[in-house]
Amino acid sequence: MAAIVAENLSKFYPVAVKEPGFQGTLQHLFKRTYRNIKAVQNISFEIAPGEVVGFLGANGAGKTTTLKMLTGLIYPSEGKVTVAGQVPFQRKAKFLKQITLVMGQKQQLIWDLPALDSLRINAAVYGIRDRDFEVQIDTLTEMLGLEGKLTQPVRKLSLGERMKAELMAALVHQPQVLFLDEPTLGLDVNAQVSVRNFLREYNQRYQATVLLTSHYMADITALCERVIVIHQGELIYDGSLEGLIDRFAPCREVEIELAKSYTPEHLAQYGDVEAIEGRMAKFLVPQETLTRTVATLLSELEVIDLAVTEPPIEEVIGRVLRSGSIS
Amino acid sequence: MSTLLAVYYAYMVEYRAELVLWVLSGSLPIILMGIWVQASQTGQFTLTPIEFARYFLAVFLVRQFTVVWVIWEFEREIVEGKLSFRLLQPLNPIWHHFASHFAERFARLPFAFMLVGLFFWLYPQAFWLPDLGQFLLALVVMLLAFALRFLIQYTFAMAAFWTERASSLEQFGFLFYLFLSGIIAPLEVFPPLVREIALWTPYPYLIHFPASLLIGLPVNLGQGLLVMGGWSIAFFLLYRWLWKRGLRQYSGMGA
Repeated sequence: MAAIVAENLSKFYPVAVKEPGFQGTLQHLFKRTYRNIKAVQNISFEIAPGEVVGFLGANGAGKTTTLKMLTGLIYPSEGKVTVAGQVPFQRKAKFLKQITLVMGQKQQLIWDLPALDSLRINAAVYGIRDRDFEVQIDTLTEMLGLEGKLTQPVRKLSLGERMKAELMAALVHQPQVLFLDEPTLGLDVNAQVSVRNFLREYNQRYQATVLLTSHYMADITALCERVIVIHQGELIYDGSLEGLIDRFAPCREVEIELAKSYTPEHLAQYGDVEAIEGRMAKFLVPQETLTRTVATLLSELEVIDLAVTEPPIEEVIGRVLRSGSIS
Repeated sequence: MSTLLAVYYAYMVEYRAELVLWVLSGSLPIILMGIWVQASQTGQFTLTPIEFARYFLAVFLVRQFTVVWVIWEFEREIVEGKLSFRLLQPLNPIWHHFASHFAERFARLPFAFMLVGLFFWLYPQAFWLPDLGQFLLALVVMLLAFALRFLIQYTFAMAAFWTERASSLEQFGFLFYLFLSGIIAPLEVFPPLVREIALWTPYPYLIHFPASLLIGLPVNLGQGLLVMGGWSIAFFLLYRWLWKRGLRQYSGMGA
């Protein structure tokens, strides 16, 4: 049975519209007009237990709204959703004990008290026995490298430490389904890497299902084999990360260093010239003709050095999110 | 529940200076006491100056016991989307608020008792000791009054699901609370008709009823407890109804 099932999920929000200027303000005060914003439209997907899936989309694409429907925070306008075999919006204890949501830009820890106090509250709320709580805290502390930090007031922790403590608070009840909304937001590279490693380890150790949004592509490439892409509330891709790159970027960059300079017109006959700088030239070559093009370049030009690279993944995803289509 | 109380108590004592200021900010009854004691020395009232002094001191104490600010907290949680975290946990969010209010009592009361001691030192004629039974009864009623006040405000707080400025409802309701609860003047000095009407509203039972019990003024205990119980049930049902509808309305702003 799938851990997460969404069927034709949609969410519409009424938003009050206000015209600019004084007249608009008066109108807004006495007679409000509302417009329905379609935040999410007809999204369907299934995620198997233990799978780690990246959830991609530009700001405002509807990622967070979808996560909120999957966690039962908001009521779907249309469609069906089940998570861990339960209907999220009913928010039954059995469902809530199996899931968690981590929001990188929000915190649940009490700011002025040591993180351990907030963790204790969570343990009490989830009905975790003292013995189990201690074991779980020891395990997570070790996995996250937070030794000695839990007794300091949260406000005295660094951003990275705080995020780790947030993760701990979200995982103290050993949930099976994790929804992570930008868990590495604002962290430095080292902290990002350690959060990533932790998530991978957690997934492997507990066979937990993870749905992850992140603007850092490194998070996605490190953790997710499968990605779901949404654009303006609609699902535009669901499949492997490699497949996304192949479908959207079926080209390679070929960079050559030449023994002498050639004119751009001369170089253009070998393919799409991306850039020419002195004796360096960069071509964009379709994958099917790659071998042939490289052979021609080597035989017809005086090439000193040649390198074939994939375009950076950020660029590929960026193009997908901007254009909203995969063709 | 004990973990919740212990942690929220720790949270409340984290800012001691702020707490003292909160206690002092509740000293409106002490000011009114001065006015009423003065007035009763010249005018014809049903209470003597000493009784007025005791009444307002009791009002001060009852208010310390029953102060509630949950509507501001709840509104902030809605507007900042922090309610989301609470909704993800298998415990109704009301219990977090109730525990933090309840724990705050224990942090606040030592200061309140110090003020009462100071008052008797300055004004020894007003000193009185209620007998144990009466004191315990007053204590129970104060707890009920706190629970009812909390429930009323929490019910109003549900409006935050729709308006995002629910606290303005509380500001409006505060006017009735101020007059009908007996904070400004004891119900004994109200015109009989106004008093009759007031006694069917929940307000007198939040302040006047427990304060009178504490200082031994005559009250109708049976009617008082019945009216309190009735309003508690009414507000509880209304709160549950609004809560269920509000959650469908909730959009988890900014979160």
